[in-house]
Amino acid sequence: MIIAQNISKEFNGIHAVKNISFEVKEGQTMVFLGTSGCGKTTTLKMLNRLIEPSSGNITINGQDIFSSKPEILRRSIGYVSQNNGLFPHYTVAENIAVVPNLLGWDKEKIRTRSEALLEQLKLPVSEYANKYPDELSGGQKQRVAIARALVSDPPVLLMDEPFGALDPITRAGIRKEFQELPELKSKTIVLVTHDVQEAFELGDQICLMDKGVIVQTGTPSELIFNPTNDFSKSFFNHQRLQLELSALKFSKIWNELADAQPYSIASLNSTQSLWEGMELLSEKNQDKLCVKDEESNSLKEITIQTIQSVYLEIKRKR
Amino acid sequence: MTEQQNLWQFMMQQSDKLLSQTVTHIGLTCISLLIAVTVGLPLGIWISEKKKAAWAVLGIAGILQTIPSIALLGFMIPLLGIGAFPAIAALFLYALLPIIRNTYTGITSVDQGITESARGMGMNKWQILFNVELPLAMPVILAGIRTATVINVGVATLAAYIAAGGLGEFIFGGIALNNTNMILAGAIPSALLAITLDFLLSLFQKAKLKTMRKVSVVLPIILLVCSSFYIIPRAQVKVLAGFTPEFMGREDGYLGLRSKYKLDIPTVVISDAVMYKAAFENKLDVISGYSTDGRLKAYDLVTLKDDKSIFPPYYAAPLVRQDVLEKYPELQPALDILSGVINDSIMTELNYKVDYLKQLPEKVALDFMLEKGLYKKPQSTTSEHVIRLGSKIFAEQYILINMYKMLIEGNTKLKVVTRTGLGGTKICFDALTNNEIDMYPEYTGTGLLVILKPDKKTLDGMIDSRDKVFNYVQKEFSNQYKLSWLKPIGFNNAYALMMRRSQAQSLNIQTITDLKLYLSNENHPH
Repeated sequence: MIIAQNISKEFNGIHAVKNISFEVKEGQTMVFLGTSGCGKTTTLKMLNRLIEPSSGNITINGQDIFSSKPEILRRSIGYVSQNNGLFPHYTVAENIAVVPNLLGWDKEKIRTRSEALLEQLKLPVSEYANKYPDELSGGQKQRVAIARALVSDPPVLLMDEPFGALDPITRAGIRKEFQELPELKSKTIVLVTHDVQEAFELGDQICLMDKGVIVQTGTPSELIFNPTNDFSKSFFNHQRLQLELSALKFSKIWNELADAQPYSIASLNSTQSLWEGMELLSEKNQDKLCVKDEESNSLKEITIQTIQSVYLEIKRKR
Repeated sequence: MTEQQNLWQFMMQQSDKLLSQTVTHIGLTCISLLIAVTVGLPLGIWISEKKKAAWAVLGIAGILQTIPSIALLGFMIPLLGIGAFPAIAALFLYALLPIIRNTYTGITSVDQGITESARGMGMNKWQILFNVELPLAMPVILAGIRTATVINVGVATLAAYIAAGGLGEFIFGGIALNNTNMILAGAIPSALLAITLDFLLSLFQKAKLKTMRKVSVVLPIILLVCSSFYIIPRAQVKVLAGFTPEFMGREDGYLGLRSKYKLDIPTVVISDAVMYKAAFENKLDVISGYSTDGRLKAYDLVTLKDDKSIFPPYYAAPLVRQDVLEKYPELQPALDILSGVINDSIMTELNYKVDYLKQLPEKVALDFMLEKGLYKKPQSTTSEHVIRLGSKIFAEQYILINMYKMLIEGNTKLKVVTRTGLGGTKICFDALTNNEIDMYPEYTGTGLLVILKPDKKTLDGMIDSRDKVFNYVQKEFSNQYKLSWLKPIGFNNAYALMMRRSQAQSLNIQTITDLKLYLSNENHPH
């Protein structure tokens, strides 16, 4: 879907991004992860030409992004900027209508589409449509910003630290909502963050960057279990246990788990991670929980002990 | 209480004038503001993008702002002449800085994250400017317009000096004439105007961000409507008079012209500094000049004969506080040295050197004293005994006090400091009676009609006699104010109506009565 080849960006002789290449497949979420100044935001902004690359090629959906005017390109790509970037002088409804207006939609279409989105994002139209951003909480603002980026149903969504301005609790909550949003299931998403946990939760692929170059690209479990260099290895050290458990999905260890009692009620899904399983176990204060695998339509049982032993087994093997 | 009633009565009595001055004032303010917004807003937007040009543009606008307003009006005269045009130009320049600066500040301080997300959604440069940057910068821009408005209401009072009208006519007339009511009749409305406009704009400024979009439409329309007060075309007149603010309120001036000559002439108010040149350049036809002014000769103007005697003799003499004369007995002989030395033609010649040849009054005074053998080196430069000389704000007075300075310092051990450029008769006279200066040169006719204001009968008995007027003012000033008129210097600097020689000849006007007849024939053609 997105293919970047040998892109570089130079600011006054300093290389912010050095000759990097990557590919984001359709429907996947690619997370650019790194410390501040590593070039991740510059990379993201080159995709919609907010920053013009000094060299390199980028195609989105087979189209060379430099073949049309940048404004036209940007209208076809959803964009959520840092700190939400909502217009303070526009109401929620007006903010959401920005891109449709640029695209020349008629009023009725804008209204029905905005309403549907706001409902999905748990912002009832009657209550929120005419509010100004100042009157919303941080989490609500962020939802409006996401709605604004999704309203024209663009196939690609670029997000620059979308949850960066939120407190940790709101942040975890809205991230969850975000993952479950049906609108997002089919989107190709490029997301920038410095939050490792966020990257592991949201990313199908993680692109770890340092000093303008890509250090390693791969799935979360590849990054945590198979680091290809010292930087990757040390980058995750301070929360390794949590990350490893987050990188392991139940589907991966399906065969190691015991079958659940018939007619048990599943409270987890096999696409979720061992970490989430442990969290839920401790949250509900239960000895065991039931996990469901949609594909095979089977149920398995987990306990802290099974998670622990499976995890240790995997560690030993590697 | 009586003071207030008097002011109210004055304003009622002058309500026609007051109204037209206020309308002119609003017009001047708004039209200059409108132009300043039209120019300043795009300029501010432009420099918010071109940061390199910003310091230059803001620097130039800042320098313009530091030019004293009266000096800026002065610069305008050689470029644009007199009247509304130069006044609007000067006001425009004053309004420019706050508008440019606030537009620049307003736009550059819009949150980068907001403009970036606007770009990221695919808005182009102009869409971002009009839909995001300008609405968000509008409160700051409006604050700039507010500042500019208040500045302009104030500066517009000075427009009266160059015949552009406005409430300054009353203010400067009142200052020159010792007429508090007249000053207040101009000052109070202009202050109210500033407060009102400021308040109205503050309402706009406080409007919510939502309504800003409406404000940016409504405001220019209101400005345009107010400006139209001034754009309304005026009747073309054949003969236009330009009189100084002081002349406008004097019995030996406009009031006398109306009451004794029944002269009804379209009139603008103008500073005497630019009046002669304006007459020379055909911008004015009749002016209220001084008979010894050097520019009379330079610009080939003729005086009209005062055939009904509204102008008394104006012999110049030092007016000194009596206590100063008693304290320093050596002072009076030194001042008397100049008595009888300067006649009308000598004074005119000296004025000509300053007014037209642009020599410094100090130099003209020194040359003259040397030529007459009257100059002596100062006896003491460190004396603690100081005499303070005041002067009104025109060349002749500057020359005279420089001469007196040389005489006092050369012939006594006293030291002299000068307080030049006191705005008018009232200011000089008040400074003298309040012990802020010790003497200034005054004219007998002015002392008679501006300060003493005798009744009609007393006046008629002496108005054409030099000696009777001198004796009367000497006696009354001594009795009423403990001030002494010393011996007259010799020349008579009379008020006079003046016209261009060519025009006076072609219309065959020699006296003020001729002028009056010519005008009434014009107004009621046969």
